[in-house]
Amino acid sequence: MMITRRRALLGAALSITLLAAGCGGGSDEPGTEQAAATTVSDADVQAALEAGGNITVWAWEPTLTKVVADFQTKYPKVKVNLVNSGQGNDAYIALQNAIQAGSGVPDVAQIEFYALPQFALAKTVTDLNTFGAASLDGSFTPGTWGAVRSGEAIHGLPMDSGPMALFYNKEVFDRHQLGVPATWAEYAAAAEKLHKADPKAYITNDVGDAGFTTSLIWQAGGKPYTVDGTDVGVNFGDAGTQKFTAQWQQMIDGKLLNPVPSWTDGWYQGLADGTIASLVLGAWMPANLESGVKAGNGKWRVAPMPQWDSGGKATSENGGSSIAIPEKATNKTLAYAFLKYATIEEGAQTRVDNGAFPASTKQLNDPEFLNKEFPYFGGQKVNEVLAASAGQVVPGWSYLPFQVYANSVFNDTAGKAYLGQGTLQDGLKSWQDASVKYGQEQGFTVK
Amino acid sequence: MSVATPIRPAARRPAAAGSRKPRRRSLTLTIVTAFVLIYSLLPLAWLLISATKTQDGLFSSFGLWFAGDFALFDNIADTFAYQDGIFARWLLNTLLYVVVGAGGATLLAALAGYGLAKFDFAGRRVVFALVLSGIAVPPTALAVPTFLMFAKLGLTDTAWAVIIPTLVSPFGLYLMWTYATEAVPNEILESARVDGAGEFKTFFSLALPLLAPGIVTVLLFNTVMTWNNFFLPLIMLKDSDLFPLTVGLYSWSEQATTVGGEVVFNLVITGSLLTIVPLIVAFLLLQRYWQSGLAAGSVKQ
Repeated sequence: MMITRRRALLGAALSITLLAAGCGGGSDEPGTEQAAATTVSDADVQAALEAGGNITVWAWEPTLTKVVADFQTKYPKVKVNLVNSGQGNDAYIALQNAIQAGSGVPDVAQIEFYALPQFALAKTVTDLNTFGAASLDGSFTPGTWGAVRSGEAIHGLPMDSGPMALFYNKEVFDRHQLGVPATWAEYAAAAEKLHKADPKAYITNDVGDAGFTTSLIWQAGGKPYTVDGTDVGVNFGDAGTQKFTAQWQQMIDGKLLNPVPSWTDGWYQGLADGTIASLVLGAWMPANLESGVKAGNGKWRVAPMPQWDSGGKATSENGGSSIAIPEKATNKTLAYAFLKYATIEEGAQTRVDNGAFPASTKQLNDPEFLNKEFPYFGGQKVNEVLAASAGQVVPGWSYLPFQVYANSVFNDTAGKAYLGQGTLQDGLKSWQDASVKYGQEQGFTVK
Repeated sequence: MSVATPIRPAARRPAAAGSRKPRRRSLTLTIVTAFVLIYSLLPLAWLLISATKTQDGLFSSFGLWFAGDFALFDNIADTFAYQDGIFARWLLNTLLYVVVGAGGATLLAALAGYGLAKFDFAGRRVVFALVLSGIAVPPTALAVPTFLMFAKLGLTDTAWAVIIPTLVSPFGLYLMWTYATEAVPNEILESARVDGAGEFKTFFSLALPLLAPGIVTVLLFNTVMTWNNFFLPLIMLKDSDLFPLTVGLYSWSEQATTVGGEVVFNLVITGSLLTIVPLIVAFLLLQRYWQSGLAAGSVKQ
């Protein structure tokens, strides 16, 4: 999902820097990546922690502030410089710039799952097999563990995840006697009923969002992207994609989507005043609702993600990120110690306590986590619903090794369908064409 | 200073003449001016009104009128207290960049403009062409190449990364050049040289006072540009302790677009209001120079 609003200027800067990464990717040997040999043992990592040193961490995840403080308390000789290098796209531009310039490269960088393949293929992040990270299999949910690996290589450790769920404003639903939709067909019916009863109110907002679109196709069983080393396939013609476009075209044609872009002030306002009655988003959303939509206190609830088939139990991921070690990092051993601390050791618990949604199985299965009652959600045990979703993610999804670019042109291609220019299926076809063209320019073999 | 005085009465003469024999006001012009006035003040009014609202109030009330609760002072206190009071740090950073960067740029522009105006040397036309093209290239377009160059020098993520590019002000140089040509009579310089004054003494004791109105104008230009500078520090700086106000407020605003980020629109708005106050004060105090400087070179004396 696109977390950051796109800006033309930064987009231009991005395309310059991506060139370097893409070219690097194109010259790699194709095929499945082999795991790097373990050269740094756990004892080495422990020794590095005791010896101390400095590491720089680039991340925007707010709960890391506390994690860094605790980490430094536990290991007094280690100094962590936590830098917020911007969010999403901004962060990748900054990271690419630093890698390209060869100076100021951080020791640890937060990279979202959808962007990780791009850095991985360009070999700009370290293969964590060097540290024996393969033994951490089972510490993370299968979905997130799959997202940080390609072949045998492990490019980062999952930090947070976003299994999807339905967040809805119960007050608005009750006022208009809407049941909680279990399928997407029911969701569309509820959308129509709500908008008819109150022309200002919409079931949700959508002006075209690459992350949301791919997540819904993912849930519907579509596999538009196939990636094998530098051989890449893009095909939005499969059955899963068509399930999504048929349903969503109906929403667009019926003008049932509030035309407000997500993450803007208008979006927060719509969520607060009830004109955006529900959201289907990743499990990280509760923290944002609590802080950004204070007026919704007590009104919101969480339900399982609407299904494509009645009685189905399929979900997908939306957002979620890893922390990785850039290849040009100076203090990789300490960096790896921090990675583990923040994702599976004490730091993981600290982050959960401060509202983050984990990717680690230990935290996800913790009864205290599952039974926590959220006053904002009327005392509902929100994490039960979200953790259940984490276990139902459809396997086998992959993103393109140039997904950051692809997502940045979504609005120019598929996004037009949301303005009534052509159908969504045609829009996705032109998105596919744009992605294929870019991939070929970057040296990928694109089918 | 006595030499400089003839300039200002001359500038005022048309106004003085107007007051003696008042001209009939044009209704159309008055309406157009009133419209432009409202148009320019509306965003400021919105900012001022919005700064009095809480986060909830911003969403639940009409944008151009006050919400029920008046939270301006709470907002100001919160702005300075948020994230361990980093806003004050950003304010000091901006001041540093303005004083060193804009101040240095003005000094350099004055020295170079004077030199180009009053010394005849080979290649002056080339310099003129270079300066003009320097004005034509927007600083934003140069930001990324500058970043790569500074990265090689190891200067990114330091205060120098903002200050050094700011020191170069082609427009200020051009303005000082034009102004010095007109405001400093060659005869004075010649008589100073005859009396045995060195070039630096001539510049600082004779030319500088004559150039004062122009310098203030350039200083204002550079101050505003540096104060509002956004893209350059955005790509140069990673350490939030080095941010100027613009980038700092942007990072607060972007929290709303971040997973798990705290939404602080009320602090962003209040911070923006606090950010423009010093600029408004500078304009009100120095607008006389600003206007006279803008007109420099427009009339042959």
